[in-house]
Amino acid sequence: MAPLLQLSGVSKRYGGVQANAGIDLRVDAGTIHAILGENGAGKSTLMKLIYGVERPDEGQVFWQGQAVALSSPSDARRLGIGMVFQHFSLFETLSVVQNMALIVPGSKAELATRIRDLGAAFGLSVDPQAMVHSLSVGERQRVEIIRCLLLNPKLLILDEPTSVLPPQSVALLFDTLRALRAKGMAILFISHKLEEIRELCDCATILRQGRVTARLDPRQGTAHDLATLMIGRPMPPPVHPTPHGLGEERLALTALSFANEDPFGVSLKDVSLSVRGGEILGIAGISGNGQQELAALISGEIALKSSASSVTLMSHPVGDLGAAARRKRGLAFVPEDRLGRGAVPDMSLADNALLTAHSRGLVQNGFINRKAERAFTAECITRFDVRTAGPQAEAGSLSGGNLQKFIMGREMMLNPSVLLVAQPTWGVDIGAASEIRQRLVAMRNAGAAIVVISEEIDELFEICDRLQVLHKGHLSPSLDVAATSVEQIGTYMIGAAA
Amino acid sequence: MTILAFILAGTLAAATPLLLAALGELITERAGVLNLGIEGMMALGAAVGFVVTYNTHAPVLGFAAAALAGLALSLVFAMLALGFMANQVAAGLAIGVLGLGLSSLIGKPLESQTLDAPAKLAIPLLADLPVIGALFEQDLVVFLTLALAVVIWAVLNHSKLGLIIRAVGENPSAARALGFRVLRIRLAAVAFGGAMAGMAGAYASTIYTPLWADGMIAGRGWIAVALVVFGTWAAGRIVFGALLFGALSLGGLIAQAAGVALPSQLLASLPYGVTILMLAVISSNRRRMRLNTVASLGQPFAG
Ligand SMILES: Nc1ncnc2c1ncn2[C@@H]1O[C@H](COP(=O)(O)OP(=O)(O)OP(=O)(O)O)[C@@H](O)[C@H]1O
Ligand SMILES: [Mg+2]
Repeated sequence: MAPLLQLSGVSKRYGGVQANAGIDLRVDAGTIHAILGENGAGKSTLMKLIYGVERPDEGQVFWQGQAVALSSPSDARRLGIGMVFQHFSLFETLSVVQNMALIVPGSKAELATRIRDLGAAFGLSVDPQAMVHSLSVGERQRVEIIRCLLLNPKLLILDEPTSVLPPQSVALLFDTLRALRAKGMAILFISHKLEEIRELCDCATILRQGRVTARLDPRQGTAHDLATLMIGRPMPPPVHPTPHGLGEERLALTALSFANEDPFGVSLKDVSLSVRGGEILGIAGISGNGQQELAALISGEIALKSSASSVTLMSHPVGDLGAAARRKRGLAFVPEDRLGRGAVPDMSLADNALLTAHSRGLVQNGFINRKAERAFTAECITRFDVRTAGPQAEAGSLSGGNLQKFIMGREMMLNPSVLLVAQPTWGVDIGAASEIRQRLVAMRNAGAAIVVISEEIDELFEICDRLQVLHKGHLSPSLDVAATSVEQIGTYMIGAAA
Repeated sequence: MTILAFILAGTLAAATPLLLAALGELITERAGVLNLGIEGMMALGAAVGFVVTYNTHAPVLGFAAAALAGLALSLVFAMLALGFMANQVAAGLAIGVLGLGLSSLIGKPLESQTLDAPAKLAIPLLADLPVIGALFEQDLVVFLTLALAVVIWAVLNHSKLGLIIRAVGENPSAARALGFRVLRIRLAAVAFGGAMAGMAGAYASTIYTPLWADGMIAGRGWIAVALVVFGTWAAGRIVFGALLFGALSLGGLIAQAAGVALPSQLLASLPYGVTILMLAVISSNRRRMRLNTVASLGQPFAG
């Protein structure tokens, strides 16, 4: 029988970058096929070619044995291809059900029921009437997945669907995907989490610099072997922070309460935390429990006019100050959504660097010092191994993981006294992720106070000194990483702790 | 007729040209395109509508010709703004000036000519009510325009077409990733806005004041654009703004007739100022602005 989907010799070039070169791929019905590769290896590009968002420069796509020319995603959907994008394709000013109605036929009431049913069946519950702008990144991912499933595709493409899902949802999603596979659906699955791929996938194709470098069965061999194949060299071992002397208190929240005006947002209740120089505090918890609000309150995106003293930086009350004033006092911040809040997609990397690094001599007498701006950007690119054409590349043209490396690098190069990072390694390949973690630990050792908000428990256990868990706007007491367990954190995450 | 009845009777007709143009611009802007050439498109529609109606004595033909003229001019704008990705503000201003020029040229031979005012339609029973009865005795276009406002509200908020238009305006690249033809949708939205502006002009020159005078649109195209922005891209608030403007401009006339001791220039500018002030107050609600603002408005989109 002809394979469901076959690519032969597919190539795609973006200006000077050969994103895909002569790729052959075969996907059979009833299988889950992993696509692996470093950031910028060309995975998303390949998926966009299959979904008709981009057209290949060379090569041919076959669907059920027939040569097809996909000129738009609606062609692909007609054939039975569905795709969940790495960068969300949701519309923030529309509700969940309106977003679905854009491509799924049916009345709104019908759709809302189907959304609830699918959500219940697959553990992807979302409120169909919620506005998308009020959803967390994790919830948006669920919305995207449901939108695809509503169309009953024959081939489902998932571009890093699990990078922002909490562990419980990942397990549920995998059960869903296995059930779909049993029904004969083919799934193309991109992830940087190799254990997941070994657990779920029947076969894997590894890309490096736009070319296929290996095809294998991921269940043979260890995650370590896969990693070595992917990055072309052995993986560096994880670095656990060693205990050392702590500095003075740098950041503190004292009994901070925040009533959210947004009916779909989360209100924070009586949140307290304190971070000293030389330590990493991890905020665990399933996204949508107040992470966005907490991050915004610390960064200054939300300023509380009435209670300045509920947030202190270096013992100065800053609760009423905006983001720029807090940055001036030594705070740096990496938001969870990198396109839009972390970076401006159609500005060059150099101009994006300027946005937060303007105090580093990049602006003189009100004029931009282009030379300094370029030098700063170039240094960030080399030090943090950002794969891109150079400082003049548009931020939006970087692959997801590379953009994250760039934003992390930009903030780290400011040598902040306090660094707040939300989802530091979301979508970053394992080589680069371990590098980012190493750098966070190195900053801690050099005396910085660091707060990491993450859904990845393993990551938090690897780099943090202490953990606090956010659940429904409440923050748990501080737990020493050495004296707690993944299970204990898990019970706090679902609100079951006494 | 009491003063109140006079204002009630005239407000709807005074608001109609603004409303026609603003509803068209609403669709254009919701799709992410800022068309600042509305004033010129209205003026061109007014001249073409007047000339055709004058020569054929068929107001329907006049409206149709005006719609086509507005549409044609908006396509020139679309060619610059969408085709060549020119700056939308500059392209809109240039096209607006072109429209004003064409309008003077076309209308010149008929300067100061008049047309017969069309008959009014009275809604049975309602029109017989005391005082407010005057509200229900209007020309056909007034009723059609109000109906159209309801239709546009329903389309934008409750139809798939409306969702697509809003999606394209908010995030054109995501819309493209889902397979929508962003440029085609924007082109259609611009064309619709152009045709509506043309008809707005025809209403002003053939029904509201059936007399040709160069420059008769007198900034009403700009008010229409302002109504859309300050009405936070919501059909209901745009209708409110248009009615307010209509009522105030009549109120000004009455005050002048009654000999109020204010300079006439001040009275004439009052409706412009008060309408914008009112709408600015309404749109100062940040949450509402955030939810309604068209995120990609005025930004060129390739592909
Ligand atoms: N629209 C674009 N314009 C220019 N270059 C692009 C564009 N899209 C992708 N690229 C480049 O093509 C290469 C492959 O990118 P792609 O997004 O496919 O990587 P990826 O494997 O999905 O990486 P990641 O794991 O980080 O998501 C990168 O070097 C990227 O910078
Ligand atoms: Mg990618």
